[in-house]
Amino acid sequence: MAAPAAPATAGRIALRHRLADRGMDRTLLLLVPAVVFIVALFIYPFVYGLQLSFQPQPGSETVQRYGSGPFADYHAFFADSYLRNTIWTTLKLSLPAGLFNVIASVPIAYRMRGKFRGKRTITTILVVPITLGTVLTAEGLLAFMGPTGWLNRLLIDVGIVDHPVRFTHNYWGVLFSLIISGFPFAFLLTLSYLSGIDPTLERAAATLGAGWWQRFRFITLPLLAPGLAITFCLTFVLAFSVFPSAVMVGDPSGTTRVISIAAFHAAFEQYDYSMASAIAMIMGAVELIVVGLVLGWRASLYRGASGGKG
Amino acid sequence: MSAAIATERKGLALRPGAWLVWGAVVFFLLILAGVVGAVVVDSFGTRWFSGWLPSGWTSRWYGKTWHEFDLGNVLVVTLEVAVAVVVVSLVVGVPAAYALARRTFPGKRVLMVAFMLPILIPPITYGVPLATVLYKFHLAGKLSGVILANLVPAVPFVILVMTPFIEQIDPKIESAARMCGARTRVIFTRILGPLLIPGMLAAAVLILVRTVGMFELTFLTAGSDSQTLVVALYYSVSAAGIRAQQEIDAMAVIYTLFMLVLLVVALRFVNPTQLVTQIKERD
Amino acid sequence: MSGSKISELRLDHVSRGFGEVLALDGLDLTIEGGEFVALLGPSGCGKSTALNCLAGLLPLTGGSITLDGRRIDTLPPEQRGFGMVFQNYALFPHMSVRANIGFGLKMAKVGKAEAQRRVDEAVRLVQLGDHAAKFPGQLSGGQQQRVAIARAIVLEPALVLMDEPLSNLDAKLRLEMRTEIRRIHQTLGLTTVYVTHDQEEALSLADRLVLLREGKVQQVGPPETVYTEPANRFVAGFMGYRNELELPVSPGSGTAVGDKTVVLGDLTGTRREDLGETAVAAIRPEDFTVGDGPNAMEVDVEVVEFQGREQAVQARTAGGDELHLRVQARLAPGDRVTVSVPPERVLVFAADSPAAPEEVA
Repeated sequence: MAAPAAPATAGRIALRHRLADRGMDRTLLLLVPAVVFIVALFIYPFVYGLQLSFQPQPGSETVQRYGSGPFADYHAFFADSYLRNTIWTTLKLSLPAGLFNVIASVPIAYRMRGKFRGKRTITTILVVPITLGTVLTAEGLLAFMGPTGWLNRLLIDVGIVDHPVRFTHNYWGVLFSLIISGFPFAFLLTLSYLSGIDPTLERAAATLGAGWWQRFRFITLPLLAPGLAITFCLTFVLAFSVFPSAVMVGDPSGTTRVISIAAFHAAFEQYDYSMASAIAMIMGAVELIVVGLVLGWRASLYRGASGGKG
Repeated sequence: MSAAIATERKGLALRPGAWLVWGAVVFFLLILAGVVGAVVVDSFGTRWFSGWLPSGWTSRWYGKTWHEFDLGNVLVVTLEVAVAVVVVSLVVGVPAAYALARRTFPGKRVLMVAFMLPILIPPITYGVPLATVLYKFHLAGKLSGVILANLVPAVPFVILVMTPFIEQIDPKIESAARMCGARTRVIFTRILGPLLIPGMLAAAVLILVRTVGMFELTFLTAGSDSQTLVVALYYSVSAAGIRAQQEIDAMAVIYTLFMLVLLVVALRFVNPTQLVTQIKERD
Repeated sequence: MSGSKISELRLDHVSRGFGEVLALDGLDLTIEGGEFVALLGPSGCGKSTALNCLAGLLPLTGGSITLDGRRIDTLPPEQRGFGMVFQNYALFPHMSVRANIGFGLKMAKVGKAEAQRRVDEAVRLVQLGDHAAKFPGQLSGGQQQRVAIARAIVLEPALVLMDEPLSNLDAKLRLEMRTEIRRIHQTLGLTTVYVTHDQEEALSLADRLVLLREGKVQQVGPPETVYTEPANRFVAGFMGYRNELELPVSPGSGTAVGDKTVVLGDLTGTRREDLGETAVAAIRPEDFTVGDGPNAMEVDVEVVEFQGREQAVQARTAGGDELHLRVQARLAPGDRVTVSVPPERVLVFAADSPAAPEEVA
């Protein structure tokens, strides 16, 4: 390939070219700070936490009850129903919240996908709860849905109920807060996926005699489904890590004792960092299992849908 | 012909559906208004035990909450953290985004996944081990620790925003500048720099909003004098009973105003959907 | 204005590989000062690779480039002092037309007054007077192309490189800009290397054509020669010899050394290279005439397209071969007519030599 005249030089040049052909040149040095950063502040803590979770803290409750073997913290977590149940508590909140947010956003986004006046205003208003965050939403819910809040007052004045309904400091308060901050997120995502679908496809289906439901069912929905799977994953992840609202509008020692509260409790109230790390790892694993299942479903669904149309 | 009929039929068939959809939107916006409105009204009320509105109006809670929670200091800390995170994440993230946009090399996918993980994994999951490490190195509880923790999602976010932005700048433009005799330094200062400014501005604004609103990571790493506004608000709510509810609500309103100002600024530079995510519409 | 600044640019065995593939395989070419050379070939033939190697945007994997005896292939692009026009123009979107054109002058640290004078001159030369203060985004494709050309020539570089500059324009503008490029070359006399896949463009612009296929040179010569005497079947296909009939060589035909006439079945043609037992006769559609004559054959007309003074006709021979004709006679589908073609316009190539790709033939 290279000129045979000067083998030594040619070899060197060839190596540099071979590297350049594969994209390896000095430009890659620009990656160094970011790589150092991600290794030092993300990968290292994660690995550190992982190995910490296999080294139960001497003197901790775990060691006293389950010994100091590498899996003692995990054993303690699954043996203690108070800890173990945080998984179900979290899933019971995050799965319905994620599902509701996605399912509710589809018809609304479908309705709003075209261009109309005031669209930007509505999307802007919907961004507000996202930027306000869960802390403020929880604080607002306490005031608005509390026993003497406007909502209960309205329900009593209209005559639907006699006594104030308890919306806060329980499961429903947390679910509401997850919907208020999660729905706009899901809606905006769904809207952007929907606007990515070529509208002429539906028009083409219309010329072939498909009614609006058939067009939605057979054209838009299959094309939208992969995007919906992603939307669900992202809202689920947001809801799964619920922490402030579970404490503020929930019942943090009972029905809304979610797994992140358990992790926080272990780390900063019991100072058992290895237990806290173990809980964080379990939390990550459960979440990844759910996300993995959804993404796996997405892959099969997408292939099936495109094959069906093919 | 058939298309025209179909459109007509769609208009009729969807009418009840349209009402439902718009009704749901209005209902959601009403709840939202109630949530924000209740806080605002309460913060200006003297006493509000029963009835639709407080019994009297006052603005004294604002002064009280400002002094008792030392909000001036908290705001300064919040801004310090946010600005530091914006600057450092741009300095670290933009060059990396350039390399990722312009080169394909072995291991690029692995690197991309590593950069995306901090965005996909919820902050509490990696925040607990991260806080543990920061405590180990005596960085937690200080401003520097809060900044470092907030950088973890910020740097990947800059990379996520800037990589497609740089990709859509034609590399031929760099070649053209070279053919005009420009050296690498000039290409970065005169050609790429100006072209990247809109993208960096958008990234900076998004990071600013996210950092000010970031509760979990700041909460896990902040000490008493390195709290940001959102963490201070959380503590005041969870310690309710000590302070008057109106005082806490006044603080919440201050936080809301702060965020709204940022939001107004942000929306001048970015599309609302960008505040949510960076998923490309072409997916 | 002045003529060329250089007297000779030599490419010696210039090669460029991408992994295992040789995109450019030992290109030897000497370009004289002031010459307009077109590199022509289908996509993937290595013409753009050659141009980028000349520009310095791609390092060579072998060979050398010398400019008036000075070796330049080791210099980075910014130190070669060449101008380049890119296919998609690659204008700096954040700079006005004037700033785009003046960028190279600024890099070369030309004085302000002098730079202004030269930018004005270049703006006038490409007829952009009214648009000099605008930004690239406000210009049409043709105007952007003019800016790109002005930017490349304002320094009066030793060599101007053009990478398919007209391929993004519509048909009418393309003709207009073609004339413009020719006019600018005649005015300034700058040595130019022009890459294109359009044979018509190359023939009308260049002083000399270089035909490339899979990284190798197929033929080098002035347009007239390449057009009438293609060196092989590939070049013939590229130059519009659209009909290719594969036929057995008649026994005893063309055996004598130096005997150019060869008989293939009923067809008599002109031999262009050594032949085996079968050969390919390449004929241009416009070389056919309707009526009796040499190489007469009877064909059935199948499809007729009106093209002004002429008709493009698709017909089929008695043997079942498809023929493309361009004739002035008015024919209709279903007609059976006799067509003929002079033997010197029937070029005969070896059957196993590679053909031009479908889309350009």
